[in-house]
Amino acid sequence: MSALTDDDSRIPTIKSKIRVVPDFPKPGIMFQDITTLLLDPKAFKDTIDLFVERYTGKNISVVAGIEARGFIFGPPIALAIGAKFIPLRKPRKLPGDVISEKYVLEYGTDCLEMHVGAVEPDERALVVDDLIATGGTLCAAMNLLERAGAEVVECACVIEIPDLKGRDRLNGKPLYVLVESH
Amino acid sequence: MNALTQNLSFQISTVNIVRRKDQSHLTNRNSVTSLQLPPSSSSSAANLLRRPLIYIHTHIRAHSDQQQEEPSSSMAAVDDRIAAIAESIRIIPDFPKPGIMFQDITTLLLDPKAFKDTIDLFVERYKDKNISVVAGVEARGFIFGPPIALAIGAKFVPMRKPNKLPGEVISEEYTLEYGTDKIEMHVGAVQAGERALVIDDLIATGGTLCAAMNLLERVGVDVVECACVIELAELKGRERLRGKPLFVLVSST
Repeated sequence: MSALTDDDSRIPTIKSKIRVVPDFPKPGIMFQDITTLLLDPKAFKDTIDLFVERYTGKNISVVAGIEARGFIFGPPIALAIGAKFIPLRKPRKLPGDVISEKYVLEYGTDCLEMHVGAVEPDERALVVDDLIATGGTLCAAMNLLERAGAEVVECACVIEIPDLKGRDRLNGKPLYVLVESH
Repeated sequence: MNALTQNLSFQISTVNIVRRKDQSHLTNRNSVTSLQLPPSSSSSAANLLRRPLIYIHTHIRAHSDQQQEEPSSSMAAVDDRIAAIAESIRIIPDFPKPGIMFQDITTLLLDPKAFKDTIDLFVERYKDKNISVVAGVEARGFIFGPPIALAIGAKFVPMRKPNKLPGEVISEEYTLEYGTDKIEMHVGAVQAGERALVIDDLIATGGTLCAAMNLLERVGVDVVECACVIELAELKGRERLRGKPLFVLVSST
């Protein structure tokens, strides 16, 4: 639950900086746009700090970020806690040997890839993305890390859409978010 | 020379010193140095690096007052960081297609010190230069741009492939080897008169960076410099930047 962060005074500002764009990418979807958050250096810094405060000193050696907006939040967190950053990408973007995980979309399937050898067994890892919706992508990301022998400590997102119950799709793994969008 | 370089402790000339722990290799500026990787290390990065060699040719900026003898201690420190950064970059042959030697920065990201040093080298150059915008080109520019932006107190503006950014955008088309592509930026992300950097992991032909610069300049932003981890010098992307300065850490031939 995000209960731990409800009282933090930085959260309301962060939430106010997220722009909602109706009918993107298709009619009926209220798109949570974090780019406006990135335009406010203090709010962006506070966002990163909230994650860093949570994960510092927890012996986490891996931060995995999901392409592409996970690439914006993951690396600053990794740098601050002294972990490596691992990009999890759409098919055929990563060069060299990869492992792939398929996951289900509303219509059809998609695939997420990670480099072979990026993670070593028993490393403690976070998975970072800007937002969790249905949880399909995060679940695939977790699976990739676990298949390589890592322990996924937590999934971390800026935004959660609780109505889509993505949290339930994480096989019991904890999820930490800053903002809920109803 | 612009205001940016005047304030730097290093100016542009080339001193090519690549120092690897117990070995020193002095190269003349036109040669390629091959680095032997150290025997096995336990880090993921070392395990992934293809042996035996990564070919690099590093540009180190040296103060113009110094003779090319003993590097100053600060130059030596920058030196070591860049050598380690260069070594952490993995080369994948024939990706994405035959004949291309792909410069893979993901192995650099697996080395927390090398990644931090990469960011620090950019931050040292750009802090206190009144830069309020760091624009990063999708997707690997998203990895390097935000940490730089955060450290220098600038906003981060993602430059994306078409149809990824929601809401109103402006687009810039650019030519590829075959055909064209497009890059987009949000309307209102930047204001006229702001000073900006454009960041990507690598400059090849310069087409993407040039398009990114154009987007910013079209709305009245002053692009101070383009910054990349790697330059593919033979592709002469530097010349496609309409005179804008380019700063890179590693130049690969």
